Amino acid sequence: MSFNLIDFLLSFLDMTVLDYANEVWGDQPWLSPLLSVIYIVVIATVVLLLVFVVGWTERKVLARMQDRIGPNRVGGRYGMLQMVADVVKMMTKEVIIPAGADRWAYLAAPVVSLATSILLFAVLPLAPGVVGVNLPSGIFYVMAISSVSIVGLLLAGWGSNNKYALLGAFRAVSQLVSYEVPLMITLLVPVILAGTLSLVSIVEEQTIPYFFYVPLAGIIFFISILAETGRSPFDLLEAESEIIAGFHIEYSGMYFGLFMAAEYIAIMFMSALFATVYWGGYNFFGLEDLVLANGFAIGRPIGFISLIVKIAIAFFIFMWVRATLPRFRIDQLLDFNWKLMVPLSLVLLFVVVLLNKAIDVYAPGITEFGRMSIHLLSNVIIGIVVLEIMRRRARRKREAEEGPDAGGWRMEPVLAESDETQLAHAD
Amino acid sequence: MGNPIVFLILAGVAIVAAIMMVTSRNAVYSALWLVLNFSAIAIFYLLLNAPFIAMVQITVYAGAIMVLFLFVIMLLGAEQLRGVTAAIGGERWQQVLAVFSGLLLLGTMGILVFQGMGDGGDTAVTINSSPAALGVRLFEVYTFPFELTGILLLAAMIGVAIFSFKKKKKEES
Repeated sequence: MSFNLIDFLLSFLDMTVLDYANEVWGDQPWLSPLLSVIYIVVIATVVLLLVFVVGWTERKVLARMQDRIGPNRVGGRYGMLQMVADVVKMMTKEVIIPAGADRWAYLAAPVVSLATSILLFAVLPLAPGVVGVNLPSGIFYVMAISSVSIVGLLLAGWGSNNKYALLGAFRAVSQLVSYEVPLMITLLVPVILAGTLSLVSIVEEQTIPYFFYVPLAGIIFFISILAETGRSPFDLLEAESEIIAGFHIEYSGMYFGLFMAAEYIAIMFMSALFATVYWGGYNFFGLEDLVLANGFAIGRPIGFISLIVKIAIAFFIFMWVRATLPRFRIDQLLDFNWKLMVPLSLVLLFVVVLLNKAIDVYAPGITEFGRMSIHLLSNVIIGIVVLEIMRRRARRKREAEEGPDAGGWRMEPVLAESDETQLAHAD
Repeated sequence: MGNPIVFLILAGVAIVAAIMMVTSRNAVYSALWLVLNFSAIAIFYLLLNAPFIAMVQITVYAGAIMVLFLFVIMLLGAEQLRGVTAAIGGERWQQVLAVFSGLLLLGTMGILVFQGMGDGGDTAVTINSSPAALGVRLFEVYTFPFELTGILLLAAMIGVAIFSFKKKKKEES
């Protein structure tokens, strides 16, 4: 096949440009390194630019949820250029390296954070056939890179020569390491269901999104990514109102901006990962494989848009949770993880493994829908049992604190009134 | 083994990182050089078509264990060697033992290298390194060493638990 400019430009529209290049110059040795470099540059740039959009959206949505207007001066009525103005401000600020700081560690930390965040996107399938590397163990790649990103936090905390920064880093690391456990266990549930470690194959296997198979695991996964990216109600890493800013307290100017960008990119990736392994990724009712009669693969843009919409919904829930829930205390945070999330996710993984094997052995010809129903039923039962156990424990705790007679569901009217008057005074 | 240029660059990085790790006077720097070394070795695994093992290498060593090391070093504030005694450190017999075991390791490696040279270095060895193949090997061929390692780790864990409980009881009484 020879090069044709119109075909080449058209191939951008239906996102088959990689396949097109492979068809035309497939036998050239320079093609695959060149394509890799172009893909890396494009993805890294787009992801960094998306931070502007995501940051603006978050401020606007958060403001609306808190009954404010949000950015409304820079760039028209909707403050579209607010983030651009902020970045310009950060870039023109002086970068101050604190006295006694470890220069190398101090300067390397934001770079490590940002690089690990961007590296994650290498294995994310964007549309059918559009993926950086289809690693056979893509899930493990995600685990590996996100575990290295912790080194960046430790470097920032230690290199700043500030004990608050170091304490903030310790806090951050203990939180991230603990929540990595349920995150990885619930990441294994789709792996078991799909029977593969590759993200692309997991998406292709999901004719019904896995969220309908194992909603409980999906919810645990979502809570873990909230904690893993340090978002409210798990934003103890920053906790602007308590400790000053955590590990990046000594950073100024664009170096602080790099940490911010790394955080937003990690949030984007984690939303995308959630959409990919639990909401079916680029799948859209089978339309993603549609090819028009003239060879125009219209399904790819459809799949890409459906993935973007799913990521946007996941990110919206991130913001919603942030605007709604108050912050955990550190002991509550660790208790919640080790006493609820880890055991529950282990039980879920165990049940999913057993059920999946049992279905394969005893009902090999079952439809996808039947398989889904069995998994869903088991999840609902586990969910009810867990809620019942939690209710009883909370009740016992309450009775132990208040004495058996003070309990019950109704509050004493006198007590309630005094509470209200107290609140009124407090206001 | 992939591209020889990539191999040479990586080998250089790995060796320099290993040397810097040993000679560095700052414990945090040592740990960081070790992270670099582990990452370079992970890329060697990638070159050998073993992506799963490469990812496990990064997750377990560069991610989990080195973060733990850094955490402890920073928590103790022990990043600087204090005085000359710390640098020389240790007992006489420890130094002798270290040199002896180093030579032993080097000798074993030399024997393996020369054996490998015998049957033609360029024979392409295809390794099936998929997680499934690895699991089968681990649980069928190497079951005994695998279980033994598990017991070793369990013993370490129980030891830690015993030590920390003893301390707690003393503090209470």
